[in-house]
Amino acid sequence: MPQNLNYLRETASQTAGPYVHIGLAPGAAGFKLFEKELGQDMAGPYANGERITITGRVLDGTGSPVRDVLLETWQANAAGIYAHEEDPRHSEVEKGFSGWGRVISDFDSGEFVIKTIKPGATPGRNGATQAPHINLWIVARGINVGLNTRIYFEEDSNAHASDQIINLIEQLHRRDTLLAKKTGENTYHFDVVLQGENETVFFDV
Amino acid sequence: MTKKNTYTGEFYQRDRSMHPPAYAEIYKTSVPRSPKQALISIENSLSEITGPKFGHNDLGELDNDLIKNYAQTGDAIGERIIVHGRVLDENGRPVPNTLVEIWQANAGGRYRHKKDMYLAPIDPNFGGCGRTITDEDGYYFFRTVKPGAYPWRNWVNSWRPAHIHVSVFGTAFAQRLITQLYFEGDPLIKKCAIVNTIPDQDAIDGLIAPLDMNAGVPLDCLAYKFDIVLRGRRSTLFENRLEGN
Ligand SMILES: [Fe+2]
Repeated sequence: MPQNLNYLRETASQTAGPYVHIGLAPGAAGFKLFEKELGQDMAGPYANGERITITGRVLDGTGSPVRDVLLETWQANAAGIYAHEEDPRHSEVEKGFSGWGRVISDFDSGEFVIKTIKPGATPGRNGATQAPHINLWIVARGINVGLNTRIYFEEDSNAHASDQIINLIEQLHRRDTLLAKKTGENTYHFDVVLQGENETVFFDV
Repeated sequence: MTKKNTYTGEFYQRDRSMHPPAYAEIYKTSVPRSPKQALISIENSLSEITGPKFGHNDLGELDNDLIKNYAQTGDAIGERIIVHGRVLDENGRPVPNTLVEIWQANAGGRYRHKKDMYLAPIDPNFGGCGRTITDEDGYYFFRTVKPGAYPWRNWVNSWRPAHIHVSVFGTAFAQRLITQLYFEGDPLIKKCAIVNTIPDQDAIDGLIAPLDMNAGVPLDCLAYKFDIVLRGRRSTLFENRLEGN
């Protein structure tokens, strides 16, 4: 037997289950416990940039909305800076801007609403630039490992043409599954399709 | 690996053989909720190696004490336990200052949730959620009551083993993880469809918290130990820079 490499193995994922709200959004479960629920205000009061609202639903393989889903978003500010020490420009981020949010779908309609600011373009690999995008992580009953995807914005088609991640998607029509569609001034629509026709592109990040 | 080694490179790719597949026939709800197309593997950029950060200002004093944090007329009912452990990465290094959130049913197996209709009663003194931030050594602890098993709709007689849902952040969005903690010796673990979505017995064992008599408080409560391992990163000693090569 050769030596042991001594790495630990990542803890296995398990579904967030139907009652994920109790832990991560207790107000939605029907009670107040924490002084401050996390992820309610992703941009804060002082963030520059365009204030936008993205609404949508997560649809299952039968086309039915998933009404017990929880989504987390992670994004840069309007200047393309992440509020994290590994972003070299992080000290320039506006006070109160976290870039992280948590939303749940409505128990009846399945609709979720993300209120944030439109992110700017961010650094890609090897000096490239990534088109503005919001990183999305989706958990729910029946989802065994949280699903990663990205929300891009349809009006940025020039930037999409050179985006490294979008260009990894071989089937051109599938790229559209990552585009938030403009529905009005400052409003967008973005559905996530878990399975089947028009299945959203998910990433192993 | 020397002390000078700084792990600030890309994350090791996720070992999917440890994790349940998206589609697991035995867990029926996963059938319509599982993507059929392959995930597209992407190399880390700033979008993946960054992530939200939380501080003690975000939390309240009793947030990690589920016996007290919803108490109205007295302590929560049930077997008093401490759940403690460390958050580590695959390199075996502690993950300090990271948020750990938990939620669970009460001692009778009932959740405080408007969608839970199980006949076991709500405990007026138990909310069922808690959160804490790991210390410099990646250590965390909660005080709570041991949750009860509960029935759920999968097969007609499906029961969840006693479990606590656990959510962890790490330092990067790529490390985000939700899992469940089970308790050593529970005969329902083997029968559980959700546990059995995991294809690897070692990975299942990694979710089972052993009784830890040393960490309990005599004449007060028992303890269970639950370490959590998040994805590790490459060292940047040699190459593999995210930008500029
Ligand atoms: Fe549960």
